Amino acid sequence: MAEWLPLAASAEAAGIDAELGLVHLLMLVLFIGWGGWFAYLLVRFSRRASPRASYAGTRGRVAMAVVALVAVTELTLLAAVSLPAWRARATSVPTDPGATEVRVVAEQFAWNIHYPGADRRFGRTALALVSPDNPLGLDRVDPAAADDVVGVNELHVPVGRPVIVYLSSKDVVHSFTLPEMRVKQDVVPGTLATTWFTPTRTGRWEIACSQLCGLAHYRMRGIFTVDEDAAYVSWLGEQAPFARTAPAPGR
Amino acid sequence: MRHSIIRKPLLRKYFISTDHKVVGLQYAVTSLVFLLVGFLLMLLARWQLAWPGTPVPLVGAWLGEANAPGGVILPEFYNQLIAMHGTIMVFLAVVPLAVGAFGNYLVPLQIGASDMAFPRLNAASFWLYLLGGLVMLAGFVAPGGAANSGWTSYPPLADLATTGQTVWLAGMLCIIVSSLLGSVNLITTVVQLRAPGLTWFRLPFFVWAQLVTAFLLLLAFPPLQAAALLQGMDRLAGTSFFLPTGLVVSGQAVAAAGDGSPLLWQHLFWFLAHPEVYVLILPAMGIVAEVIANNARRPLWGYRTMVRAALFLGFMSFTVWAHHMFLTGMGTVLSGFFQATTMIISVPSIVVMTALLLSLHRGSIRFTTPMLFALAFIPMFAIGGLTGLPLGLATTDVPLHDTNYVVGHFHYVVAPGTIFALFAGIYHWYPKVTGRLLHDGLGRIHFVGSLVAMNGIFLPMFVQGLGGVNRRLYDGGLQYAHAHGLAGLNVGMSYAAWLLAAVQLVFVVNLLMSLRSGRMAGDNPWQATTLEWTAAPTPPLAHGNFASPPRVFHPAYEYSVPGAAADFTPQNEEVG
Ligand code: HEM
Ligand SMILES: [Cu+2]
Ligand SMILES: [Cu+2]
Repeated sequence: MAEWLPLAASAEAAGIDAELGLVHLLMLVLFIGWGGWFAYLLVRFSRRASPRASYAGTRGRVAMAVVALVAVTELTLLAAVSLPAWRARATSVPTDPGATEVRVVAEQFAWNIHYPGADRRFGRTALALVSPDNPLGLDRVDPAAADDVVGVNELHVPVGRPVIVYLSSKDVVHSFTLPEMRVKQDVVPGTLATTWFTPTRTGRWEIACSQLCGLAHYRMRGIFTVDEDAAYVSWLGEQAPFARTAPAPGR
Repeated sequence: MRHSIIRKPLLRKYFISTDHKVVGLQYAVTSLVFLLVGFLLMLLARWQLAWPGTPVPLVGAWLGEANAPGGVILPEFYNQLIAMHGTIMVFLAVVPLAVGAFGNYLVPLQIGASDMAFPRLNAASFWLYLLGGLVMLAGFVAPGGAANSGWTSYPPLADLATTGQTVWLAGMLCIIVSSLLGSVNLITTVVQLRAPGLTWFRLPFFVWAQLVTAFLLLLAFPPLQAAALLQGMDRLAGTSFFLPTGLVVSGQAVAAAGDGSPLLWQHLFWFLAHPEVYVLILPAMGIVAEVIANNARRPLWGYRTMVRAALFLGFMSFTVWAHHMFLTGMGTVLSGFFQATTMIISVPSIVVMTALLLSLHRGSIRFTTPMLFALAFIPMFAIGGLTGLPLGLATTDVPLHDTNYVVGHFHYVVAPGTIFALFAGIYHWYPKVTGRLLHDGLGRIHFVGSLVAMNGIFLPMFVQGLGGVNRRLYDGGLQYAHAHGLAGLNVGMSYAAWLLAAVQLVFVVNLLMSLRSGRMAGDNPWQATTLEWTAAPTPPLAHGNFASPPRVFHPAYEYSVPGAAADFTPQNEEVG
């Protein structure tokens, strides 16, 4: 299974991949089991091998017992594996104080990336302030905004610590996808979504959009880089904080 | 005036008739044409996927400068192609063929009725369907082209899309009304017009399947109708049912009141669209059950169990819709509910499939052409069903959601699944309609070619999906490094699609040629038990179907009854 999937590079990936493998194993067993039986029936009861059909047929007790077994297996899989995994995935936001927090604001057809800066607070944003040089509408007056870092399509995170991503969309539904992290989260305008992951190895991958969002959906691609701590800090340091980005003339 | 003397009978017979057989044939021909149209749209898209950015050969020049300058398909046009492919295939091709054509033509015959309960309503539902289809196609000449927001039409994208989306909504409204009229009619017919002696548990399984399907259409379509009206108002009347506050599109604030909910549309859409999946599959199961019982020469195993499974399936299909929405930010409780219903709904399908296999047990199987298609339906549907498991469990849905894995999954259900069942039905009942059999050799070529081609197209999609290749990508994923190694599969898949097209030509030739030169069928060529073969002449009487109203004495599938003279006992054979 693993060689079919994208590289697994987050702490969450192993669990998802294991469940995926388990489910596919079950599927394979069922398909081969039923398929083998099916093939046997076709050969054994073809007109040539079985010139006369039996009205009474078979009682099918074994077959229906197998059906019941499959039903029980599915529900067990759900209760024992999938539900706990989803609870962990969807509701337990990491509380680690060292977690990296970042906002990602999707729009046709780009990912705006917003870091809170050294004060670890995101600056205030307002719809009225949105302009070509300020795509997020960050408030220049808000002191919390001064050290924020805003970029497009370049997400950097440090390895080995949880990353929390706050997602929103400016226009239509997008879906924030990091295949190597096994992260995918729809971004529905009007609602905030949160997702998280802990990268376990460094590398340079991609952000993909998984929800049809218009004509350039196919190239709504960002770069996603997992760095060593030091490299991450120095990359972030090279980015101009919001206060030092010049507003367009006339504003 | 002189013209009318010659023309009128033909016009009467095929255009203004309210006879259920004529309406059924109107549906059949129209939906087969739409099946072809939906397929041709996909052949264009498959060219683009296999050889992105190269001019489409032969027809490229005709696609229009706005869609494909120099024959190279633009992303805007690609999105129209797939949105219209999905819409046409589901709403204008497969469902009308399975329900409008098969249901209309066969249900009255199988229950011994002379027509549907409301013949005029029946004709009206066909003409509304045709109107809806023409409106849909007219989208292609709207400014900005046809609808391009996927067959799911998620707002805000669809709210803000070009005029084609309004045309799409208008088309959907016609189709929905048509479908509601049709389902009311079918339900009334089955409840009221069964021949004397045809008790509920003597009904052919096919009739049960059509009945459950009609209930699904009746109950699931109204929410979508409402939703389509709301979306239409968002687009035309300035409401914002589906538009939240504060939208900014390409840097411009959207002038809308806001406070609407894009998720509301998703709920309303999937509340229809999930039952719709069972609308696509139940009639297929019905057809396959008929063909298997007939060719295994023994009664369906567990007929009552199968009927109960179909009823349960229909009921449960209203409780699973939000499994399409796991990744919209669902909590544990809600996702737990929808995961549980999704696991549960797989059980009746497994029961039906297992019962079909048990029906073969100790049978005497004839491998006729309809039987080949019916048998192939089982493993193909099984692949479609099994690959639904990882999609129905929320955690494993994360990597697979909106990838080609999903496209592979539902196509195995509807393409090699339902379509094979429909082919089985066409080979099985063509003689009923025309009095002549389809050519067997051509039928076998059609079967083998379709089986190879369908798997050639759809099996690689699972590999792509597991590798993370998303669906609805104009270039098949070439933008993404993780998709590079897998995009190459698109070439082989597209060759398989041409092969599929080629063998369908064989089928079309067979359909037309056999009208004149097919072997004469006689009244009951398959030695079947059900009323359409045993009580009505082949083809049935133009008016009233039966020479005298049939009476029923037996269950639907009395094959190989011990002590009987023949290996089949017609439902209307008098006892004693
Ligand atoms: C047999 C030939 C068929 C072929 C080769 C085919 C191929 C495809 C492909 C490649 C896609 C994905 C396009 C993309 O995501 O970029 C697609 C989408 C789709 N197909 Fe088919 N398909 C076939 C038949 C059918 C049938 C019979 C149905 C329905 C009953 C169907 C319903 C759909 C739907 C609903 C979509 C999704 C459209 C969307 O993304 O909005 N297809 N098809
Ligand atoms: Cu997007
Ligand atoms: Cu997108």
